[in-house]
Amino acid sequence: MSVIAEETKPLLLSVDGVTVDFDGFKAIDNFSMTLEAGELRILIGPNGAGKSTLCDTIIGRVQAASGKVRFRGHEISGLPEYEIVRRGICRKFQTPGVVPSLSVRDNLALAARRDRRWWRGLGLAVPADERARVEEILEIVGLADRADVLAGELAHGEKQWIEIGMVVATGAELLLLDEPTAGMGPNETARTAQLIHSLVGRHTVLVIDHDMTFVEALGGKVTVMHQGKFLRQGTVEQIRNDPEVAAVYLGRSDH
Amino acid sequence: MTQTPFLSRLWIPVVLLAIAAPWLISGYELSLLGRFLAMSILAIGLMLVWGEAGILTLGQGVFFGLGGYALAIHMKLAGLEPGSLPDFMEWSGITALPWWWVPFKSPVLATLMVVVVPGVFAGFFSWLVFRRRVVGVYFALITQALALSFATLLVSQQGATGGFNGLTNFQTLYGFDLNAARAPVVLYWVTLALVVVCFAGVRWLIRSRFGMLLRATRDGENRVRFLGYDTTPYKVVAFTLAAMLAGIGGALFTLHAGVISPALVGVVPSIEMVVWVAVGGRGSLWGAVIGTLAVNFAKDEISSYLPGAWLYVLGLVFILVVGFLPRGIMGLAEDLTRRSARKPQPQPVEAPQ
Repeated sequence: MSVIAEETKPLLLSVDGVTVDFDGFKAIDNFSMTLEAGELRILIGPNGAGKSTLCDTIIGRVQAASGKVRFRGHEISGLPEYEIVRRGICRKFQTPGVVPSLSVRDNLALAARRDRRWWRGLGLAVPADERARVEEILEIVGLADRADVLAGELAHGEKQWIEIGMVVATGAELLLLDEPTAGMGPNETARTAQLIHSLVGRHTVLVIDHDMTFVEALGGKVTVMHQGKFLRQGTVEQIRNDPEVAAVYLGRSDH
Repeated sequence: MTQTPFLSRLWIPVVLLAIAAPWLISGYELSLLGRFLAMSILAIGLMLVWGEAGILTLGQGVFFGLGGYALAIHMKLAGLEPGSLPDFMEWSGITALPWWWVPFKSPVLATLMVVVVPGVFAGFFSWLVFRRRVVGVYFALITQALALSFATLLVSQQGATGGFNGLTNFQTLYGFDLNAARAPVVLYWVTLALVVVCFAGVRWLIRSRFGMLLRATRDGENRVRFLGYDTTPYKVVAFTLAAMLAGIGGALFTLHAGVISPALVGVVPSIEMVVWVAVGGRGSLWGAVIGTLAVNFAKDEISSYLPGAWLYVLGLVFILVVGFLPRGIMGLAEDLTRRSARKPQPQPVEAPQ
């Protein structure tokens, strides 16, 4: 089930000539890409290609030295992180960012909250729609029977799923999933691919990974990054058969 | 965070026993208990900001002092003959009341100042610092510097603050004679009532979603931020509430002890406050109260036998708690009850309330 968006769909995200400079080292070098609403995109590249830095730049953790990030046509570069989330972009981190001292359900409830102003949290009651949303997501990520376990006690793979659940629970339109299968075995990886497929359509999903088997299981359009620059874009087939991509992955690129 | 169940069920007998204390213990012990309970209000606030929000502050003495001085200034003014100045001002050659003393003439305003002054100051200070995302040990060091400068400022402004001796010799408050025979008992009950109210209030807060977010911020501030929360106001509110509780504790302490001075609000007392909560267990409200009482009763005992030894004991206690009892007395109690609960025995039936 490869989802390749038609050209007519509106642009959701556009990264336009972004450069990120870490004291002279260009982690991202004049990189551009666009995402259409509802598509599944996979961003790959060898270690150090700048994939996670790109994520950091989109969500406002890292400021670009030049270039622009636009979401639904509005520039979001320079906004505080929480404001970018409220506009509809949420990210799963490479190492699972669950809150270990809260239960699985509370982790999701935290993410599902719509009114995040502090004085609205003083009551003990949780709005019914948020509670229903949490239960729904527990089902989606398959952790309903683990709902009352402390998130810190979950297995590594379960933590990854719960964090995907949290990202979904925010109701964000664009989900950035940074290495969602890191540290997973083949069975868990397959389940994760299934989970991500179930999200596409309702959400626009950008998956970052460098595991080609997982990329093949996902399908979708692939963008390849190398040394902070755009390298290739195409279907999984095209990318797999591209000699330059292969060279980059095997470390034989001539530079 | 987690309330030990056996104490949660025991709170009614514990409070009843505390109410009956004037008939059960000597006048001296009662005066100590009242004073330590006043300090435990500060500890309750420290549990909120350190235990729940994970913000270690070494400057609670400042807010304790602001609350204490606010009430002390009022009491100095309330005991004056019309037209005269507080005794220490005359000794320092001051001829007119400093302008900022004037509002404290009003008992209502002065009582409000006990929470408003620490609250406004803490709110503004913490907003500036948390907005810059200063966290952890850097924040602790800034608060310690604050405690140092506050104590230094008090000493240096002899004419307006009573300098090193602080403010003492209070006669009357709200028209009541503080030297009356019944005064210590009434003061004790007022203190106890405020402890119960503050305890219940913070307990509510901890159980609310606000409290949940504080814990989440403590354990993963970045995750919380990237779920769309602005964590700064949450931390500012927690820090401000803790400062207001410290102010209440300081005002009550001043009433019990009959004095407030720079030596009670500086760097060492501020560290001691953290030790109370560490000893009791910073994850528990009961721990905050129990730790405050335990450490201070021990301090009183040890100081009467071995004057001068207290600071060494304090240091040792802190090392032992950090090294062997990171969750304090309440953590130990929790582990022990859990261990005994593991033995096969019928579950206690929940008593209908």
